[in-house]
Amino acid sequence: MDRLLLQTLFIFTMLWSFSAQAVSDTANKSNTVRITSPFEFTSLDPSQQGYLFTRMQVIETLLNVNEQGSLVAGLATQWSINDQGRVWRFELRPDVRFHNGTALTAEGVVNSLRRAQERQGPFNKVPVKDIRVDEQNQVIIELERPYRTLGAVVAHYSTAIIAPAGLDDKGQVTQLVGTGPYQMVSFEPPHAFQVQRFDSYWGQVASIEYATYLTSHRAESRVLQARTGQADVVFNLDPASVMQLKRLPSVQLESLNLPRTLMVKVNSQHPFLNEPNARRALSLAINRVGIAQAILRTPGAETDQLLPASMPLWHLDRELEPSDLTHAKALLGQLGWVADDEGMLVRDGKPVSLRLITYADRPELTTVATALQDQWKQLGIQVSVDITNSSSIPAGHQDGTLEMALIARNYGFIADPLEVIRLDFGSEQGGDWGAMGWDSETQKDIEQMSDVNDPQRYKALAQKVASAIYDERPVIPVAAYTQHVAVQKRVKGFKLDPYERTFYINEWEWAK
Amino acid sequence: MIRQIIMRRLVQLVAVCWGVGTLTYLLVKALPGDMAYRIAASRYGADGVDATAAELVRQELDLDAGGFSAYVDWLLALVKGDFGNSLVSGLPVIDSLASMLGHSVLLAVVGLVVSAAIAFPVGLMSATRGGLWDKCSLVISTLVRATPIFVLGVISLIIFALELPWFPVAGAESAQYLVLPALTLGVSLAAVSNRIVCSSARTVFASPYYQFARTKGLSAWRTFFRHGVRNLAVPVVAFMGIQLVTVVEGMVMIESLFSWPGIGHGLAHAVFARDIPIIQGAALLMGALFVVLNLVVDVLCYLLDPRGEVVA
Repeated sequence: MDRLLLQTLFIFTMLWSFSAQAVSDTANKSNTVRITSPFEFTSLDPSQQGYLFTRMQVIETLLNVNEQGSLVAGLATQWSINDQGRVWRFELRPDVRFHNGTALTAEGVVNSLRRAQERQGPFNKVPVKDIRVDEQNQVIIELERPYRTLGAVVAHYSTAIIAPAGLDDKGQVTQLVGTGPYQMVSFEPPHAFQVQRFDSYWGQVASIEYATYLTSHRAESRVLQARTGQADVVFNLDPASVMQLKRLPSVQLESLNLPRTLMVKVNSQHPFLNEPNARRALSLAINRVGIAQAILRTPGAETDQLLPASMPLWHLDRELEPSDLTHAKALLGQLGWVADDEGMLVRDGKPVSLRLITYADRPELTTVATALQDQWKQLGIQVSVDITNSSSIPAGHQDGTLEMALIARNYGFIADPLEVIRLDFGSEQGGDWGAMGWDSETQKDIEQMSDVNDPQRYKALAQKVASAIYDERPVIPVAAYTQHVAVQKRVKGFKLDPYERTFYINEWEWAK
Repeated sequence: MIRQIIMRRLVQLVAVCWGVGTLTYLLVKALPGDMAYRIAASRYGADGVDATAAELVRQELDLDAGGFSAYVDWLLALVKGDFGNSLVSGLPVIDSLASMLGHSVLLAVVGLVVSAAIAFPVGLMSATRGGLWDKCSLVISTLVRATPIFVLGVISLIIFALELPWFPVAGAESAQYLVLPALTLGVSLAAVSNRIVCSSARTVFASPYYQFARTKGLSAWRTFFRHGVRNLAVPVVAFMGIQLVTVVEGMVMIESLFSWPGIGHGLAHAVFARDIPIIQGAALLMGALFVVLNLVVDVLCYLLDPRGEVVA
């Protein structure tokens, strides 16, 4: 009996020490805002999951992006472009300190940018000739040829400026020492990290002392955290649960359309999909309004355009083309496809059968994929849906095995959509997350855009590119992506960043 | 005798470590899909994975190098106690595994204690009372066993986190956070082990030595403690040891649902990411753990019943 008692005491002691160890000494529910989203992290390196550390405001970039998508000052207060777009000059903000107390210097910025250049991210695609400090202590990025979107690239999380004190002798990040309004206090990959207010921040010092980030993979678990109040702010809510959360008096729901589009990437060299009219028929058969209302629970999210109205340069002034099965069948009929006894399309005695792949990172994708499967079956096309890893899409594009893929492409990944458009549609091979085997003149227009400085000419080219994509459907947009967030009413001042760069935690306050 | 048991298990441990490490290496290499893309997706997320990222990963990790030489390197490093670095995070595997395994062992041990706390009373009541009690326990055990562990987790969340807001939903910050995952695991395990307790108790209660103890005048409690507990515990302890092997399967779901940073969830993600060092390290540690658990079970069974043959 004594032994049993001892064993029980031992287990409780273990649990107690575990409990004491895991929680930071001074963080508690009253001074800590708890944030949950499905995205896991494994590394402190900004080039990997840096988006989480910019969102949690630990690290910052030279330039920022405002809610309208324009570049604004960040760690650089001013920037200028000389020598026909080949030399970019950044004037650094004075009196900026890293979290370890050291000052931000131009040399430090140059080293941080050189480090980013060697790693994955948009900066390693920029034709950089030299990065240096000039006599006025400004940071100079010299290019081999003009690169219009460099400003947007240095606003990307992978180029965030970090202190050398946090790097080991191989350049790996061992401690994330940034300049943001919050500093890292604990890092427990892949699920949790905690940040603390940085009192020497150059901008608005945060009112809330601590913030924790928790990865929560399951949509059910995230909803329960919002319902029980365990989490103060819950991102990426499953659309189906938004209605029940709306009824809770303690929770406020925030929704915002992001420059991210749910669309079907199409292999335009596939024997069925190589005709623009076949792709148009697929597009016509989609009941976008139904998908937006019943699956995404966001009426109005339906779209057949690549980019949202909030990006007017790239958005066409056209109404949504309504779903029209008869017209779709007629288009396919002109291509020689006829319905068999069971209503399935055949040509030369062969039925059409397509494979649509998607990935489970975002809860909506699988449901939308099965809705598309059903809607295309009504057109007479047999589609199989495979849920796979997101990497299967670029891999399938490269080896040519991909037929169709339902994806949620982020056009705000870099502030200027031209950078993503160029990656996705700017070459004959298309892009891993864009066109595939699409033979078009559009590639030349996109290539030209990098060198165009005249706004009118730039807009005309952007509209031409958008029209070509709309008319020929190398990808088939379905709906705009809506971010749904549950916020406990004890948090005041919450707002959503359409470019998903920051959570603005330093602007939040506790409700009195 | 105990020394013999330990020696036998130690030899097994070496064989299991080599076998598990080699098998996981071969199996992961045989999986379809390009490893470089999988690793890039885990490193950079869905928004950042593309052919350039995959190529960068391929060059950095020298993925085109001969498979056999990579395997030999891993084996030699292992002999020196070096598990290598994760292909995704670049961090030492041993650090990640130590943290994950610590959380999983804690969850498994507390889950097992919870399961024992449920299984013994319920099983013994079924064996002694029989009738309606036994039938009800059988039906409930069958229902619980047939319910996916993920659903049991959601039910426990709805009851104990939502309706009765006693425990948090997800995380691993303090002992409070352990309650619901351990309860879910415990209930799931107890669904079968209570029937083993019941069956084992019935066998013991019907045995001649037990009947004789009662006939010679010992009270029911005294008979149970002197002649019942140890005899019925042997098959139950052996069964719980086997059950621990299957716990890993359930833990993947539990750890994912409750955001518990354990090895089940970590292993599942390492498989998605083709993170071979983590997969090998985790499989190897779990293989070693099973051998150690079997050793503990053997020793316990021997201590409970020193007459028995040692089961290899």
